[in-house]
Parts: sequence; structure tokens; C-alpha cells
Amino acid sequence: MQPFTLARPASLEEATRLAAAGAMPLAGGTELLNWMRLGIAAPARLADISRLPGLDAIAPLPDGGLSLGALARLNDVAAHPAVRAGYPVLRQAIHKAASAQLRNLATIGGNLLQKTRCAYFRAEESLPCNRRAPGSGCAALHGLNERHAIFGWTEACVATQPSDPAVALAALDAVVVVAGPAGARRIPLGDLHLLPDAAGAAADTALRAGEIIVAIELPGPAPRSAYLKIRERESYEYALVSAAGALVLDGRTIRRARLALGSVAMKPWRLPAAEAALAGLSLDDTAALRAALEPAFAEARPLSHNGYKVPLARNAALRVIGMIAEGHAP
Amino acid sequence: MTPMDPAPLRRDLVRAASLAALAPALPVAAQPAAAPAAAPTLRVNGAVHDLAGLDPRTTLLDWLRERLDLTGAKKGCNEGACGACTVLLDGRRVNACLVLAATLDGRSVTTVEGLARADGTLHPVQQAFIDHDAFQCGYCTPGQVVSAVACITEGHAGSEAEIREWMSGNLCRCAAYPQITAAVQDAAARMARGEA
Repeated sequence: MQPFTLARPASLEEATRLAAAGAMPLAGGTELLNWMRLGIAAPARLADISRLPGLDAIAPLPDGGLSLGALARLNDVAAHPAVRAGYPVLRQAIHKAASAQLRNLATIGGNLLQKTRCAYFRAEESLPCNRRAPGSGCAALHGLNERHAIFGWTEACVATQPSDPAVALAALDAVVVVAGPAGARRIPLGDLHLLPDAAGAAADTALRAGEIIVAIELPGPAPRSAYLKIRERESYEYALVSAAGALVLDGRTIRRARLALGSVAMKPWRLPAAEAALAGLSLDDTAALRAALEPAFAEARPLSHNGYKVPLARNAALRVIGMIAEGHAP
Repeated sequence: MTPMDPAPLRRDLVRAASLAALAPALPVAAQPAAAPAAAPTLRVNGAVHDLAGLDPRTTLLDWLRERLDLTGAKKGCNEGACGACTVLLDGRRVNACLVLAATLDGRSVTTVEGLARADGTLHPVQQAFIDHDAFQCGYCTPGQVVSAVACITEGHAGSEAEIREWMSGNLCRCAAYPQITAAVQDAAARMARGEA
């Protein structure tokens, strides 16, 4: 780990000023410390924001939604009564992420900023990776890419975003509130993560220099929602594919569907056409549900080793609808 | 005790830690942040230690092991994957390898060394691990024990399946998982009966 100095800003304003001057914010630390060990990041200065007052609050919003302070620990978000009752998809996604002790450190804001788990990106030795060394190429494009993207990739980068909570938050139409040197702004969750561009890897997120996530705002409750995570191990493992769903039902009829897939692209992958096609269908008409989902997967572009992800993701989307229909307990 | 004679210092620290240890399994209350002028300190197993002058890179794990000679918490992966370094921070289990010690001014840590009573009586989780032969090589055991204490006090030890899920952050390469699960279940029952 490269040497660095540690600042402890007393206010959010001071923190954004430090960040604008190049300091990296330190919250839970579960990602940042490993980036520094691997050389993915080598900041000269850290700004410890982990104890900034008030930024871990979880509070109702006037419009019926819920505000999650960015510094709220993952386990605290999942345990909150309003999340438990109103947002089971988020509670389940959190409980299927990482481990109990990591979730006591990791914050809901920092979780969204985790970087890809692509083994070439995380390698200790130097391997071609446009995200690590722009212009060096993408070793995964024709390499070991069984865990990589089937949507939204370019030849410059075929990695995926690994966050589970981000997938749930995408399905919930969450909004990320950020503070920065130029003031506060709101970023829809779906616009936070950037897909790779054609020339090289884009920045991971839409955050600008000095901007810090301060809260994540959820619209009104989505009690009929669920998260399905498919992985090679039952617990404590990243997803091969995941699916987050939120439905509004009228009896057994879908009035509104929201679906997002995880670990298939560099951002949570919403399925807007499928969501529109699902409206009006019966939960009991599996053939119609499957037909509504199918076109979304015709756009998939599997790599040399991850063709399995296309049917897996389609079936995960179908199954998460079934889980909601069965009232799957959080 | 003199600076030239570190061995008694170690023993004194450990003794002070055990004497000051709170009742097992009770979360240690968060300490209010020290006044700005005060030197930064961290409470470990009840004893207060100075954090001044630390290299900011020092993790809680390295600080416990190298400065305090509390070597119960193990450095397995040093990246938050194995759980061998699990300690309680203000009563909650965390990976000590992912926390910078210099950020912990005014807080409290309990390590495996702080679980037993001052008279040497083991914590019910420690006793249950012995009774159920819940270790082989023993390297992961301190992390497993600390994690299990938290798992039980969190209320996540209600069934074998729940224990397996909520203990999944502690890897055991000897694969003593059946015995570990049984030990946690047994310890949870003992603690519920007030045998702690």
C-alpha cells in the first residue's frame, strides 16, 4: 500500500472540498483498502467520512418514499422496519451480498461504487486491462470470460458491475443524491453506472470530481418485490446472474412490472420492453410471461464462455416474478 | 516494567484486558468521540490504548497483532474474504483487516482474548467449540468464535440453516462446518438458558 495521509473532515462541505482536491473518501473501507493493496488506487490522501454526523440516517420522505443515508451500514438498511416492510427486494439483495461482518462495515452509498470483480482487473500482476491501464487491451474479451457481460459491452471492456443492492435499487427506481463542489444534484440509479465506451473503458460512474453520495432515495414502497441471486455457492459468493423484480398486482394480474438483472452488464440491466409487455398478463400464464421476456434476450451478445448466462438470466427474470407471486418471504 | 523488557508488558496488557472484560457477549457501548485536543485512543478488551503517531496504513488487525501482541485475530487473506480476523467493533463483528486503526478514535474493540471471564471461565461459545470438537487446525477458530458470539447476540442462530448463512463469512479450510454449526447451536441454547 502506498503511503497516504488521513484527513478527518468535520463537515460534508469540508469533505467535498478535500475530495475535489484529490482525496479519496473513506467510508466502510471494504473496497478502498483492497484497491490500495492491489494498486487499483493509490491516493495520496484519504478523507475519512465514515463518522460524518447525520449521513447514516434512514428516514421517510414526504412523498411516501424512504431516504437511505449514504453511510448507513448494509445490515442496518436491511434491518430497518421500513425496508423490511416496504422494500423486500432490497432487504434480500443486501442479505445475499458479502458476509455478515462485511455488511457491518460496508455502507449503502459505498456499495454502489464497488468496482468489477473481473479477475484481470483485480490481478496482482500486470495484465491487459483497459480499466487498469488505458490502452492495454482487454484480456477477458477472448480470455476467461464466463462471468462477464452479455449486454452493453465493447471490445474495450466486457466486465460486469457486481453490486447486489444496486440491482434492487435499479428495479426500485432509486435516485442517488450527491453533494459536490458545485452543489447537490440527483442522479437516477440507472444513470449512475456507465457502460464502457468504444475507445477504452469509461469512468465507472457519473460522479464528478469531488462529488460524494449523501443519500439514496426510494420512491413509495414496493411490498411485492423480490431478489433472486444465482451463484455457484449458496452463500458468500458473487452472482453469476441475479434478478430484482417489483410488481404491482390486481389480484393475479400484473398492473406494473419492474425488472433489473445483475452481473450481466457494467450496470444493473433494466428490461423496459419486457416490463411493458408484462403489464396486463396473469401471473398464472407462464407461457405468456415467458413470451413477454423473450425479446429482451434476443439482444444479448454472449462472449466465448458465457452463453449459459442468456437462458440463465431469462429464467431468473421469470423465476423472480414467480417468487413475488408466491409471496416469497424476505 | 521497563521499555527494555517487553515480555511483562505483554502479560500485563493481557491481564488488564481480562480484568476489564465485560460480561461475555454483551455489546460494548460506543464511546463518545474524544475532545479534539485529547490524544486519540482505542479501547481493546476494556483497556485504553493510545493511537497517536500511527502510520495511517496500519489496519486494526496489524495494530492488534503487532502493537498489542493480541495474536488471536489471524491474518488469513488480508482482503476481507476469510473472516479469520473477525473482532467486535462497538459490539458488532467486522473484518479487522479492512479497518484502519487511525480511524477508530474513541471506539471499543473486543477480540477473542477478551471473551473469557476474568477468572478464566470460558465464554459459552468457546466451551461449545471444545465440547463439539469444532476445529481441526484451529487457524480460523478465533474468528469463528468471535463471529459466533455476534451471530448469536444478533439473533441469527435460530436454526442450522440460519447459522450456516450468517456464519458464511468465516471460512474453514479443514471444513469443520458441521461441528462449528453444532457448537453455535449449542452455545445459543446455553446462552438463552442464561448460562453465559
